[in-house]
Amino acid sequence: MTRPLIHLESIHKYYGDYHALRGIDLDIRPGEFFSLLGPSGCGKTTLLRTIAGFEDVSSGNMFIDGRDMKRVPANQRPTNMVFQSYAIFPHLTVAENVGFGLRRDPRPKAEKAKAVEEALEMVGLRGYGKRAAHALSGGQRQRVALARALILKPKVLLLDEPLSALDKKMREQMQVELIRLQRSVGITFILVTHDQEEALVMSDRIAVMFEGEIGQMADPETLYRRPNSRRVAEFIGKMNILPGHVTEGGPGVTVDVAGLGRAEVATEQAPGGVVAGDTAVGIRPETLAILFEGEETTRRVVEGVVDEVVYYGDMTYYDVRVDGVPEPLNISMKNLIGRPVLDVGTRTRVAWDERSLVVLAR
Amino acid sequence: MLRGYAVLYLIFLYAPIALLPIFAFNDGSIIAFPLQGFTTRWFSELWTNSALHNAVQNSLFIAVMTAVFATLLGICAARAGAMASFPGKQGILGFVMLPLVLPEIIVAVSLLIVLRQVLGLQLSNWSVIAAHVLICTPFSIAILNGAFQNLDPAMEEAAMDLGESRWSAFRLITLPLVMPGIVSSLLISFTISLDEFIIAFFLTGTNPTMPVYIWGLLRFPGQLPVVMALGTILVALSIILLTIAEYYRRRGLARAGVADTGGFL
Ligand SMILES: Nc1ncnc2c1ncn2[C@@H]1O[C@H](COP(=O)(O)OP(=O)(O)OP(=O)(O)O)[C@@H](O)[C@H]1O
Ligand SMILES: [Mg+2]
Repeated sequence: MTRPLIHLESIHKYYGDYHALRGIDLDIRPGEFFSLLGPSGCGKTTLLRTIAGFEDVSSGNMFIDGRDMKRVPANQRPTNMVFQSYAIFPHLTVAENVGFGLRRDPRPKAEKAKAVEEALEMVGLRGYGKRAAHALSGGQRQRVALARALILKPKVLLLDEPLSALDKKMREQMQVELIRLQRSVGITFILVTHDQEEALVMSDRIAVMFEGEIGQMADPETLYRRPNSRRVAEFIGKMNILPGHVTEGGPGVTVDVAGLGRAEVATEQAPGGVVAGDTAVGIRPETLAILFEGEETTRRVVEGVVDEVVYYGDMTYYDVRVDGVPEPLNISMKNLIGRPVLDVGTRTRVAWDERSLVVLAR
Repeated sequence: MLRGYAVLYLIFLYAPIALLPIFAFNDGSIIAFPLQGFTTRWFSELWTNSALHNAVQNSLFIAVMTAVFATLLGICAARAGAMASFPGKQGILGFVMLPLVLPEIIVAVSLLIVLRQVLGLQLSNWSVIAAHVLICTPFSIAILNGAFQNLDPAMEEAAMDLGESRWSAFRLITLPLVMPGIVSSLLISFTISLDEFIIAFFLTGTNPTMPVYIWGLLRFPGQLPVVMALGTILVALSIILLTIAEYYRRRGLARAGVADTGGFL
């Protein structure tokens, strides 16, 4: 691995008695699109603000680009921030907003004006310079905030839920634009979000935070397929959680799964580690399959009764009750040609695969 | 019905004030109808009265000082209230607003006791200023709260993030945005101080303020029309200042792009 651009070492942060960050260790590579994901109040904003220099850490070390950030104030850090509220200066024009960070830049006026124009163009606001900033729409404000932060060519761009104030359509469009922008400028982005889908779509790597700690840090696919704990599994996507019992560790793990039976899984399927004894076993809805009339499979099969059906157009979501499984299993099925939609109460077979099980440390 | 009451109320409120200019221009030394003809004599007498000039000067000095100090304190309190959070914030802010409902006579008497008996100080314009700051600060805070509450605290941070120091972030971002509130607060504190009587009456030393001087004139019936003339000028001045203050307050709200929620006019 190349030298990390940001290196955090057991960062702790107290607000009075409240322990907001509980030992954060983190390395972020140059050029990475990194996301901090977690439920409300888990400390994502706090962590971002300590990196920006708005909050002092209570203990721990922080290095950005090899430089110790202790006692380096926010205005001297090689970071810039896009605030959740965008914090656009309402009494200035769009160009004055974007050029605000160049006030101390010794370059001649004309050059600075050109830089502003380029920054505006980069975010798709060419020709908006003379407009009053307070009259912009939400999406435009966000672009101004981006241009204003990027014009200083920071080493790291920090974004605190930059898309949460936008409507769904705008949000999806901006997600794509942000990814494109990040690729083209090559600046490291750290994005805070509580939207797991957004994090999965946009990031190279994601740190999932709970109560001031990082629960798991991995690329989106690993995070989705191999969550290391029950809380990560439940926070990211939908996951059926079944009680299980590990009988053997070592290479290949034997686990008894309630309702499904005994299964052999690889050690990679227990990313949180294995301990013999009671455990939780996860299986994603899309890795389960309803077997319709006449369909056969080489996969393992259990029988159940349809408990609920939600038709979604392209997909149908079933809840299927299986003997021995405490909660009905969520199963999502693509509505392929010729596939019926089953009624509630129908007996059906469910196919599943040992390879899609995840053993979750408690 | 309601409309009738409102009209009656307005007459009750403004009729006495309407009498001021009427008698100020009336050519007769007795305040009574029928009117005696038009004169500007009482106004020219104002010009030549040096005791009055002294009183006006005192009042202006006190009012300007009060406006400045009350507004400075108001800025600090409103900014703390809007941007900082500290234990007991609500309670402290409540106490700061208390003088708004405290009877002025109580403020006056207790300050008199503290200044004379406890501290053993001589009364002067400064004792009046201290008391006026006390009663004007809540107004100032009320006005400035509005200005600061509409500010996004992230704006100063954004300015710092873009390389400015704490002070220049305040100067470049916060100050221009709350400036209308500051102007409005200065004008209202100035107006309140200028015509305040009870406290000034208790706390002025040897130099009376204008309201105290006017009160003194009332003992001489012949001087009444002069008082009327002075009163006319004061009413006109107050209206002008309050209008300007309100104009700035509204402009401030418009600039921050928020809805109007009350105010003084
Ligand atoms: N200035 C502060 N003083 C005291 N407590 C604070 C302060 N800032 C944050 N906290 C507390 O720290 C915890 C983490 O806050 P933070 O804002 O980092 O959460 P978050 O993960 O960003 O949540 P959200 O998704 O709601 O924005 C919260 O419980 C919050 O109440
Ligand atoms: Mg947050």
